[in-house]
Amino acid sequence: MKSDMKGRGRNKLERTDRLVRLSLLVVAFSAVSTLAVITIFMFEQGAPIMFKYGLRSFLAGSDWYPTEKIFGLWPMIVGSLYVTLGAMVIGVPFGLACAVVLTEFSSRPVRRVIKPVIELLAGIPSVVYGFIGVVILVPFIRENLGGPGLSVLAASIILGIMILPTIISISVDSIQAIPLSYREGSVALGATKWQTVKMVLLPAARSGIIASVILGMGRAIGETMAVIMIAGNAASVPRSVLDPVRTLTSNIALEMGYASGEHRQALFATGVILFIIIMILNTVANVTSSRMKGSKG
Amino acid sequence: MRVDPRVEQRVVGALLWSMTVVTVAVLVFIIAFVLKKGLPAVDWGFLVENPVDMGKGGGIFSTIIGTIVLTAGAILVATPLGVGTAIFLTEYTWEGPVTRIIRFGAECLAGIPSIIFGLFGFILFVTKLKFGWSILSGSLTLAFMILPTIIRTSEEAIKSVPPGFRTVSFSLGSTKWQMVTRVVLPSALPGIVTGIVLSVGRSIGETAAVIFTAGSALRIPASLFSSSRTMSVHFYILAREGISMTNAYGTAAVLIVAILGINILTYYLMHRFIRKYS
Amino acid sequence: MTTAIRVRGFSHYFGGERTLRGLDLDVERNEILGIIGPARSGKSTFLCALNRLNDLIRGSRIEGTISVDGRNIYDPDVDVVELRRKLGMVFATPVPLPRSIYENIAFGPRLAGSHDRAGLDATVKDSLEKGGLWAEVRDRLDSSALKLSGGQQQRLCLARILALKPDFILLDEPTSGLDPISTMKIEDSLRKLKKEYTIVLVTNNTKQAARVADRTAFFLNGELVEVGPTARIFTAPADSRTDDYLRGKFG
Repeated sequence: MKSDMKGRGRNKLERTDRLVRLSLLVVAFSAVSTLAVITIFMFEQGAPIMFKYGLRSFLAGSDWYPTEKIFGLWPMIVGSLYVTLGAMVIGVPFGLACAVVLTEFSSRPVRRVIKPVIELLAGIPSVVYGFIGVVILVPFIRENLGGPGLSVLAASIILGIMILPTIISISVDSIQAIPLSYREGSVALGATKWQTVKMVLLPAARSGIIASVILGMGRAIGETMAVIMIAGNAASVPRSVLDPVRTLTSNIALEMGYASGEHRQALFATGVILFIIIMILNTVANVTSSRMKGSKG
Repeated sequence: MRVDPRVEQRVVGALLWSMTVVTVAVLVFIIAFVLKKGLPAVDWGFLVENPVDMGKGGGIFSTIIGTIVLTAGAILVATPLGVGTAIFLTEYTWEGPVTRIIRFGAECLAGIPSIIFGLFGFILFVTKLKFGWSILSGSLTLAFMILPTIIRTSEEAIKSVPPGFRTVSFSLGSTKWQMVTRVVLPSALPGIVTGIVLSVGRSIGETAAVIFTAGSALRIPASLFSSSRTMSVHFYILAREGISMTNAYGTAAVLIVAILGINILTYYLMHRFIRKYS
Repeated sequence: MTTAIRVRGFSHYFGGERTLRGLDLDVERNEILGIIGPARSGKSTFLCALNRLNDLIRGSRIEGTISVDGRNIYDPDVDVVELRRKLGMVFATPVPLPRSIYENIAFGPRLAGSHDRAGLDATVKDSLEKGGLWAEVRDRLDSSALKLSGGQQQRLCLARILALKPDFILLDEPTSGLDPISTMKIEDSLRKLKKEYTIVLVTNNTKQAARVADRTAFFLNGELVEVGPTARIFTAPADSRTDDYLRGKFG
């Protein structure tokens, strides 16, 4: 069977192939274009009002009376920062402890049970976390520590639990990515397991762990429904961890249902600020984790 | 003061282990608590009857339908986009500025909070495109939210297909598209399905992005343009407005069971996938 | 004898690295041309240049011409898919696709749009017979190809390209991972197949070239050191480097 290798009907397939490539290229930009469209809409909807009333009064104003056109987001910015920091204080140590136990301190069968269980945490809907907070944690705080119960503390604890899967899974990945020779080298020098973890593994996995913490922060700062249910939502700067607090996200979700006109724009402006914070965190996490890949060659 | 390393090892080990146990215990507690309080409220009637009196009575049938329709819509839109993106990234281009932009975009999208997706969906689909609070707006919003997950899991699944399969396929005279459809996709299918199932779980549990795009009508949706309430939204409204704690627990139990089921399915699929190549 | 493949002034680059240097080489019809040489001497790169599999690797670039049946295969209007069907290739590691034995063999014909079951059945049987595997698998064509032994898998790969009805068979160290008996079976098949096909056999086992090749070429550092009738290459090589290699002084 001789042929001159010039396509017979095959050329149609080749043309299809080029068409396929072009369509896939268009499809592949769907995520990027979505990101672009989201960015454009957020700014289009939220930016004008910020400039109309002045960035300074918007960001630093401590009163939020949207019906009287007083739009100060300071309490919400502070609120978001407080609950996020609180979540980190709880989530990071527990998350890292789990990561170390899962990678270095446990046997294979134990790991096989614990890891999927922890990954299940990520699947529980945030409204369920919020609900647990309302029916268990809030009354507990109210009765034992005082205050209304709906508080910075309650929100921090629930968010701290919610970010665990993010921190654990990325930290586990980065600890596991460390070459075995590091461990062997350290153990051969007579180090205990913990010394190996402390002196060799944690430093070597540093950028991955940092990335996991930053992504956890992003998750905490962006969480909405759970926070609405347990944080109390008072639009004022909390004086203690037992005071109620309102975050940027809850500010949007609470009032979006009925807001209109400038009030709605102000909520989009809240979204813009949240968006900027998240993008900064994303970029930092991205740079850190790509540095992690880079340093491994 | 120097501590004996062996003592330190023991103390730290015990500390780390107890923290891990606490973490696992919290999770088990959450699930057990919701199931214990909620399952008694769940019977056949609860699943197949529509809510009565804003959810005070009756069941959750219409919200189950709402959840299924909304999730199915999101998956139908996001899967071709996500898998297509993954195929493009792995098979149709070299690593370079373009792939970096696409990956960066997907990663950023993954980090965007659901409330922002809610705002975006509200402005674009509900108001600008005039879809109103509807299944269509909700599904599209959810689709873009789960898109990064589908891209990432599909890309990993496709990358784990042995490179030899591709060479062999080419050497047997396949075009690239034939190679992708006949060799790569079948081999990567369990991994891709895992990603889809994960996204289903995420869609079912999502509230913030859905409540502002699909609305919260309690009727069974009649068309793509009807508003619909998902189980998560229903649960949120029941619990937040104190309409009925019994029904709230019941709804939560159904949600948790659904998500547990989906996670177990994901695990099963993933293990099959891993076994296949090891 | 007629010339089936004519290589003239052919160089190949990966990025900045020159992996083949100005090759001039002919492959005669219905011969087995053995290609020997140490690792990284360019043998496999040369083989993959013949069916343009190198195109799949980023940064691959060529100079010169390779003519197959009188046509330069690097001409822009050459149908690469057709070319690859004409020059079937067997790789060093057997790569059965995760399908049944039958579907592995039928894969190539199906790609070309052949769906007639009876025709496929005949092709599968014929290919497996020529590949020397039919007797062993005739009763389990529907079982997974992954369950075959290494030697069987490699014969399956050989049969799989025969189903393409190619004119050429390219083999890249096809027995490097196999036991002596499997190796012998493949070599037997090759001797029979050369009546119908033109065969290029890259091997890291010089004795294999001595056993089956009609002519043998010696590659070193991307250059063709010499080529000639196998008996002469092994008894009276013209180049001292060939002699050194065959005596095991390097490689």
